[in-house]
Amino acid sequence: MTRNRRRRLVSGLFTGLCGAAVVLALIPLIFILFYLLKKGVGALDLSFFVRNPRPVGEHGGGFANAIVGTLILIGTAALFAVPVGVTAGLYTAEYRGTRFAAAIRFAADLLNGVPSIVVGIFAYSVAVLPVKRFSALAGGFALGVMMIPIVARTTEELLRLVPDALRDGALALGATRAKAALSVVLPAALPGILTGILVAIARIAGETAPLLFTAFGNRFFSTRLDQPIAALPIQVYTYAISPYEEWHRQAWAGAFLLVMIILVLSILARTATRRLERMHRA
Amino acid sequence: MNENGLSRTGRRRPRRVADDAFFRTATGLVGGIVILITLAIAFELVRNSGLSIAKFGLRFWTGRVWDPVSGEFGALPFLWGTLYSSFLALAIAGPIAIGIAVYLSELAPGVLRRPLVFLTELLAAIPSIVYGLWGVFVLIPLVRGLEKGMPDALRKFPLFSGPPLGVGMLSAALILAVMVIPFSSAVAREVLHAVPSSQREAAYALGATRFEAIRAALFHGRTGIVGALLLGLGRALGETMAVTMVIGNNPQITPSLFAPQHTMAAVIANEFTEAADDLYLHALVEIGLVLFAVTLVINFLSRLLIWTMERSARTVPAPPAPVPLPSAEPA
Repeated sequence: MTRNRRRRLVSGLFTGLCGAAVVLALIPLIFILFYLLKKGVGALDLSFFVRNPRPVGEHGGGFANAIVGTLILIGTAALFAVPVGVTAGLYTAEYRGTRFAAAIRFAADLLNGVPSIVVGIFAYSVAVLPVKRFSALAGGFALGVMMIPIVARTTEELLRLVPDALRDGALALGATRAKAALSVVLPAALPGILTGILVAIARIAGETAPLLFTAFGNRFFSTRLDQPIAALPIQVYTYAISPYEEWHRQAWAGAFLLVMIILVLSILARTATRRLERMHRA
Repeated sequence: MNENGLSRTGRRRPRRVADDAFFRTATGLVGGIVILITLAIAFELVRNSGLSIAKFGLRFWTGRVWDPVSGEFGALPFLWGTLYSSFLALAIAGPIAIGIAVYLSELAPGVLRRPLVFLTELLAAIPSIVYGLWGVFVLIPLVRGLEKGMPDALRKFPLFSGPPLGVGMLSAALILAVMVIPFSSAVAREVLHAVPSSQREAAYALGATRFEAIRAALFHGRTGIVGALLLGLGRALGETMAVTMVIGNNPQITPSLFAPQHTMAAVIANEFTEAADDLYLHALVEIGLVLFAVTLVINFLSRLLIWTMERSARTVPAPPAPVPLPSAEPA
């Protein structure tokens, strides 16, 4: 009897500890979100969005350059990563049994695990060193390299969700494999692939390390691709490690904006995915 | 599927075959860029670290002096800092991640499951720089307070020696742990999901308590669980921004949790744009090369373990081998 009681006790204790683990992980999350709200929202005003950084000591100024810079960097990255990623996903889904498809899948998995700082070094040696200039293009390339494996794998997964009957039907009607893939299978999976791209953007939007020595950051407003460009995460970083109170305030606002962007993208992707799932089940 | 009978006999066969071949080659070529990039990363890292590898050889990884001015580069302190912070983080995050995975996949009531999964995923979505910002302004003062409150008797231990700065190994390990938890727990959850329910049912049938049944499931998935932890380790090793903002960036080798230290990723982030001469740059790239190689091996191992586990779980027949229907037998 006592032995059984002890077993039940251990079991209850274990259950409790597992619940405690969840609470323990949620504490920092709530803590972080709380501080972002508390310190971030207060510093968000119109000038934060429309002004550029002011010289040290002057009051005011904002993140306009960084917001535009981040949009340009994400755009450049997507322009390069989406075609490559979607095509890689298309190949691995269409020719899933082949050795080359396995090699692509494997490379994408490895690429996904490469530390972002290493991607930064790579982009530096490919896109900065030869021209001896930091540039938005190099930053976009670095982010694109991080984006490709995510887009490739989600594309493949979503293409696999398309029922085989659709493809078989197209083939049976005399379509070539290319025709079946491009005009039947791919459109069926398109909404899903678009959400995959949203997820990928949400993942790279906050990346700092790959931009440190590619896009480099810029105190001034710039939209040129061949010049150093500001980015939200870099500016948050430089402001956070600066000794100025005013800059700290703006760093919090920048971080809040960053998390909001990522949150909105993730929730958009999530609701879209759920709708897709329901559609497929119907 | 390429060789279906219809296309063989059709008159349009040559065009169809040509079309398909073109489609396959074109998509294959573009898809191959993924492989190309992975190889190019390795190539560029080796190419741009040649000077340092040639000059220092293995001495680079045993040397303790990092002095760019006199051209002396020893990376042991960075290696130490990366390994120490990552393993500390894993020691904290591992049990919590497994606990979360168990709770979410075995214990949580249905209504709670979805929102809790969403919240843990949110933890993974917060960018490193935001963790760093929070670390600088919230966590470090907290840790400093904790360090100040440490009883003097404990200070004699090397683990707790040094002034209470807040900035240092402890803060880095804590923040890394928080960042690793969502990754490890997500994979561990998948692994538990792959364990056939027959394992738990069998345990319950034998009169096991909840804990004993879950222990059986965890044991069944142990390879995958180790894989999940390794994945977390891979993340921790390469993490840059949050760590560099809280660890203090001081290259020294000490077991002290309170001491400011440095990591491989952090030194690259801090000094890369300052590297004035080629040798300095190559030394930093060599650190990146090793970081790349180590994370590659660890990620590969972790995938292998998870894959092995899920595969073996799939081959365990859930019900005993199905009895074949007589009609299914060929006459």
